[in-house]
Amino acid sequence: MIVGEQKPLEEIMALLGDARKVLVAGCGTCVTVCFAGGEKEVGILASALRMKSKLEGHPMEVDEVTVQRQCEWEYIDPLKPRLKDYDAVLSLACGIGVQAMNERFPDVLTLPGLNTTFLGLPMEQGVWEERCQACGDCILGLTFGICPIARCSKQLLNGPCGGSQNGVCEVDPDIPCAWQLIWERAIAFGQVERLLEIQPPKNWSKSRDGGPRKIVREDLRLTHTE
Amino acid sequence: MAEERTNGYKSGSNLEKILRAGHFAVTAELGPPQSADPEVIRHKARLLRGVVDAVNITDNQTAIVRMSSIASAVLAMQEGIEPIVQMTCRDRNRLAIQADLLGASALGVRNLLCLTGDHQSFGNHPTAKNVHDLDSIQLIRMVKEMRDEGRFQCGDEIKGVVPRFLIGAAINPFADPFEFRPYRLAKKVAAGVDFIQTQIVLDMDRFREFMKRVVDMGLHEKVYILAGIGPLKSAGAARYMRDKVPGMLVADEYVERMQAAVKGIPKEDKKARREAWRQEGIRIAIEQIQEIKEIEGVAGVHIMAIEWEEAVKPIVEGAGLLPRPEV
Ligand code: SF4
Ligand code: SF4
Repeated sequence: MIVGEQKPLEEIMALLGDARKVLVAGCGTCVTVCFAGGEKEVGILASALRMKSKLEGHPMEVDEVTVQRQCEWEYIDPLKPRLKDYDAVLSLACGIGVQAMNERFPDVLTLPGLNTTFLGLPMEQGVWEERCQACGDCILGLTFGICPIARCSKQLLNGPCGGSQNGVCEVDPDIPCAWQLIWERAIAFGQVERLLEIQPPKNWSKSRDGGPRKIVREDLRLTHTE
Repeated sequence: MAEERTNGYKSGSNLEKILRAGHFAVTAELGPPQSADPEVIRHKARLLRGVVDAVNITDNQTAIVRMSSIASAVLAMQEGIEPIVQMTCRDRNRLAIQADLLGASALGVRNLLCLTGDHQSFGNHPTAKNVHDLDSIQLIRMVKEMRDEGRFQCGDEIKGVVPRFLIGAAINPFADPFEFRPYRLAKKVAAGVDFIQTQIVLDMDRFREFMKRVVDMGLHEKVYILAGIGPLKSAGAARYMRDKVPGMLVADEYVERMQAAVKGIPKEDKKARREAWRQEGIRIAIEQIQEIKEIEGVAGVHIMAIEWEEAVKPIVEGAGLLPRPEV
């Protein structure tokens, strides 16, 4: 899932500037699950905005809405008729939702209320960890199911750097060393020799480095372009 | 043709000749300044001239911006020092690295050390973006293919003069997973490395254990291994390295010796304490070199006296390694 974190209230207030009528728009999918931008967080943030703007002497009118998925046209299209009433929309969806809103409704500016942080998973109540960088050429099959692109601080492909000690990364004792984990899995499967092969330089053109990516599936398209 | 031109040497560097002749090699380290002052390099180079066979020129070491290693290497060469240019994968992608290697070779640099690089969070630009387009093993292979096959990483032919380097890399026998470390060395050998400098050895037992594995695997016959020597500056420094530096092991014995070195000297007499510590640090380094010379598979030492270049000469001299052989 996509994991995000709410921006500080100060920053949100600054982003909204002199907007007097604001719609706070949540999303019912990933950011609901990570308690950052679902219906509940929309409610809390909307009250905070009302209170703070009042205290500062220029009260804001704040409405609330949460759609099931802000990254799909069919879920955001029903918002269209209401949007003309607002000076700004504050989206609590991930960066994809924010952009979907701006793309679909170009007349009103939708601002981000979250920092979209990573693709990851909840480890326990209140703890999320990154797992994937969407590199476009998945190598989990070579690394026993542990991703060194997202989880090694230096994205190494041929084993641990010299800073790995006691299972943790040199960058921070809170980061497990991805290569320690890969090594342990290799031992568990009795396949250490697979880590001895030299992995060639990665083809980063399939990653973001190749420019914004796009997938077109002709087999699924309804209209075909000549 | 290429073979003839270089008399069968890969790069023809002094370091390569020393190693091939079977001499116990000695290298040291020179950290470029955090400024554009060439005098710093010249001064440090003069302290090392004639004392060691080649000198590492660090590349934004510990992720702190310093004068470029290639520019510093040229200044060092003007002072009669043979440089080993360090190149990390942290700051440059494959285009920038290859361009710099062509330039370094054209300027006369003949030794290269291929490194992953310390993470930028340790340095003075922690908000920087890191590169890591290649890792150190991929870098070794790229440099070897440029030199021996005359090809760029993409496969295109290098038309004309190819860059010639003796290819080095680092190995940390003290990092985890310990069992993987000899394999990581084996991968570097397979990628084409010619010599290795190890992390600072301050745990002789662990180093012996590592070298035994290396010899059992026959790796010492395929690559020259230089053991890292890092003279201790004070008891505090020894404790810090033992407790705080990721990937470092320091035997308690050395920490205790450093503590004992200032026994009886009053705390206020900072100068005397500093002197006593430094003398003990140099003494330990000399003893270590003498022990290391006896370990099978070790071809030399790499002395890392960081911001303490003055220590190198007494260490090399004390270990009976002066004068350096002419090759
Ligand atoms: S290898 Fe690439 S696609 Fe696979 S988990 Fe890692 S970043 Fe994601
Ligand atoms: S310590 Fe481990 S996770 Fe951290 S950079 Fe090195 S290999 Fe990667």
